[in-house]
This record gives sequence, structure tokens and C-alpha cells, in this order.
Amino acid sequence: MELLLDDAARSAQARARTFVDRAVMPFAAEYDRDQRVPTEHVQALAAEGWLGKDISSEYGGGGLDPLSFGLTIEEFGRGCSSIRSLLTVHGMVTCALARWGSPAQRERFLPPFARGAELAALAFTEPSSGTDLSGVSTHAQAAKDGFTLSGHKLWITFGQLADWFLVLAQSAAGPVTLLVPRSAPGLRITPLPGPLGTRGSMLAELGFEACFVPSEQVLAKPGLGLSLVGATALDHGRFTVAWGCVGIMEACLRHSAEHAMQRKQFGAPLAEHQLIRRLLSDMTTSLRAARSLCLHAARLRAALHHDSVTETSVAKYFAAQAAMRAAADAVQIHGALGCQPGQTVERCFRDAKVMEIIEGTNEMHQLMIADLSLQDAAQRRGMAEAARRAVGGT
Amino acid sequence: MSTDIKPTIHGFLARFFPGYQLKDDDDIFSLGFVNSLFALKLVMFLESEFKIQVAQEDLDIAHFRSVSAMDHFVERKRA
Repeated sequence: MELLLDDAARSAQARARTFVDRAVMPFAAEYDRDQRVPTEHVQALAAEGWLGKDISSEYGGGGLDPLSFGLTIEEFGRGCSSIRSLLTVHGMVTCALARWGSPAQRERFLPPFARGAELAALAFTEPSSGTDLSGVSTHAQAAKDGFTLSGHKLWITFGQLADWFLVLAQSAAGPVTLLVPRSAPGLRITPLPGPLGTRGSMLAELGFEACFVPSEQVLAKPGLGLSLVGATALDHGRFTVAWGCVGIMEACLRHSAEHAMQRKQFGAPLAEHQLIRRLLSDMTTSLRAARSLCLHAARLRAALHHDSVTETSVAKYFAAQAAMRAAADAVQIHGALGCQPGQTVERCFRDAKVMEIIEGTNEMHQLMIADLSLQDAAQRRGMAEAARRAVGGT
Repeated sequence: MSTDIKPTIHGFLARFFPGYQLKDDDDIFSLGFVNSLFALKLVMFLESEFKIQVAQEDLDIAHFRSVSAMDHFVERKRA
């Protein structure tokens, strides 16, 4: 698929492709099987700057534009959704910091986050609050020069490795976001093994008991922790998950096409059976549609246009569903082989299911996208009414 | 860049409040029309439309609560 990219985007994509083929894809099955990413592999990612590609060069990051960054994330999604998840959660925190952090917070955190010297993770989800984050019950009690946290966070991606957590809690003044170090007294981190997909993403449960967080680690004013800080982080997460889904689809298509050409049944390669060709054509079309939506969202983000928020939601919703369908079809094309542990399409199938849930479930996006359609209709109706009034007045 | 602040903000907000004639001093967050993405979109709109930068120190819900409040906020940022 020719994307008519400029030189910067083409170069970023090529660098990511080379790195993923050499240093990510060969280990993806191992991360999945062992449910961990070795520290030295994370250090290799950091050493080559992959953890700070979208952070401004002012803070030592790669300063990639949204399009180049998205194409980079697609490559990581093609290679390994667990590594892509690491880039996502680290990026969600860094982008919220870059957008809403004080100058002192940006100076303190962004350089080590850009270098990958310190890892960040997002701690929003709770046992009883995931899609509806306004219902988080982790409590931030105002204390002298800060807050004291109490509560639980669940399914925290890379919680087993992260050095810092961006925690969403409720305070008397409303939702508040706080940066909490792994070493904070009163924070207990418990690994959560055995998730269905992205099994290398080292999930953890966090328990806060009288965990003091100083004021200088509070990100933005209490009250806006969810509607602006949280929304910024989630918007970034949706963008990267959408691109990651495109990567999953690309992997599924490549493996499926290769298998269909090699495997013979009834005296002919699978590729000559019409029902298999239909699966391949649907996969190809959906992949291109998902990538086009991601490209559109990236271009709106580059223009800092407010519609980028909803178009990112549209891209994530479509890409997650399309990746799930593509992965299911890829397993179908592979038959029994596709059900074997260690097979790329088997891992993609489990990973794709997770994509329909994280950073907004399919159903949450459906509600938001329906809002968008109804707003458009209301706007058309308002404009038509205004035009009628104008004509009537002349 | 828009110079007529209130009408421009009303134009942006109209699509979020179908069938409702929004008044300058209405509390837009208490009317029950907006979803969780609205605040981020609103800030991005104000920044791009009026060429201002909403920074951490500006993050007070009072600045964005009504058309009048946003009008004052934009005027102050542009001063």
C-alpha cells in the first residue's frame, strides 16, 4: 500500500521496521510464553530512543510528528503487542506530563522518560472502575504539602517494571492525577500473571495505604485530573492502540498469505480456494481502511485540530474490531496450526481481543461516535434553520 | 484568527447542545450534554481558534464554565 509519505515519515518507518525485525519480532513468542520482557531488552529499546520518540527534542526525545510516530507504532504492533503496550503506557504518561505538567515537572521528568532511564505507567483502572473512570474510588486525602493516597489499582500495564505511576484518584476538589514513584512508602506492587493477551505486558496490582505524595508530584489542579490530564493520556493511548492494531493486521495478513501459498489441500494451495481468497481480500481491505483512518487521525493531530480527538476514537474503534476479525480469520486459514502456542497468528488472536477492551471498550467508542453523528445532524439542522430564517427575512 | 470571541465560541458549542439555545452565562458542564472528550476538544478549539496556549496555571474549570468566562479568559490570554 503506497502511503505517499514525506521523507521524514518514510525514514521513521524504515528505522522502526529494521529495529522491530531485528530486536523485537524474534523474541515476541518468548515474551508471550514467559510473560515478561527482560530488563536488558527494555534497556535496548531505551538505548535506541524508542521510549521517547514522541517527546520533544527540547527534553531529549525524538520529536517525531504524529504521522511518523504512528507509523513507528504500527511496526512495533506488527512485531509484538506487549512491547507496543510498553510504548503506549510510557507515552500516555509522558504526553500528559508534556501537555499539563508545570515547567519544573517537565524538567524533572521528561528527560529521564525520553531516555528511558525511568519507565512510567498509567494507574487509572480499579477493580470496580474501568470504562467509567469517574467512578474511581482511590482516595487522595489532602495533607500538609501534598496528598495521602489509599485504594487499589488493577491490571496496570508494565506495573511490574515501571519506576513511576500516574495515578488517578478522587480528592475533595474532584479527580486528581499524581505521580507516584515505585519506591513510595505505602505502595505495594503485586504481579498479575496469566492474562489472555499481551501476556508480556507485566500486569500488576497496586495497593496504596497511607501513601504520601508531595504537592510537586500532583499533575494539574485537582478537579481536572480526568477531564484534561486523563483525557490527554487516553487520547494518546487510543492513537497508539489504533496503530498497533494496524500492525497486528499486517502481521496476520503476511502470515496468512504466506501460509495460503504453501499449504496444499485437495491438490491445490489454499490460495487457490475461493473461500480462503475471500478471507484474504477482507483482511486486506480492512487493513487498508484501518490504516487510512489512522493516517487521517495523525494528520489532524499534526494540525492540532480539535476533531483529532474524535477521529482518533473512530480509528481505534474500527482498527480494534478489524484486528480481531483479521486475527480470527488468520487462525482459520492456518487451521490446527493456528491454534498452536508459539504461532504468531495464535498470539495475535489473543492480543487482538485485548485491543477491543483497552483504552475504551468497543461499546464506549460506539457511544462517543454516536454522539458525533448526532452532533453533526444537529449542526446540519441548525444551519438549515438559519438559512430558512435568512431567506424569510429578506 | 477570530476576533469576535463570543459568536465564535457559540458556533463551536452549538453542535454539542442540540435543540438548546445556549446563553452566555449558562454553565456548559452542568447542562448534561457533553461527554468525556468534550473538555479536551474545547481546550484544543480555544487554542487553535484564538492562537493562545492553555497552560497548567490556566487549568481552572471556572475559565471554561460558560461562554462569558471563556470570552474573558481568551481576552486575558491575548492581552
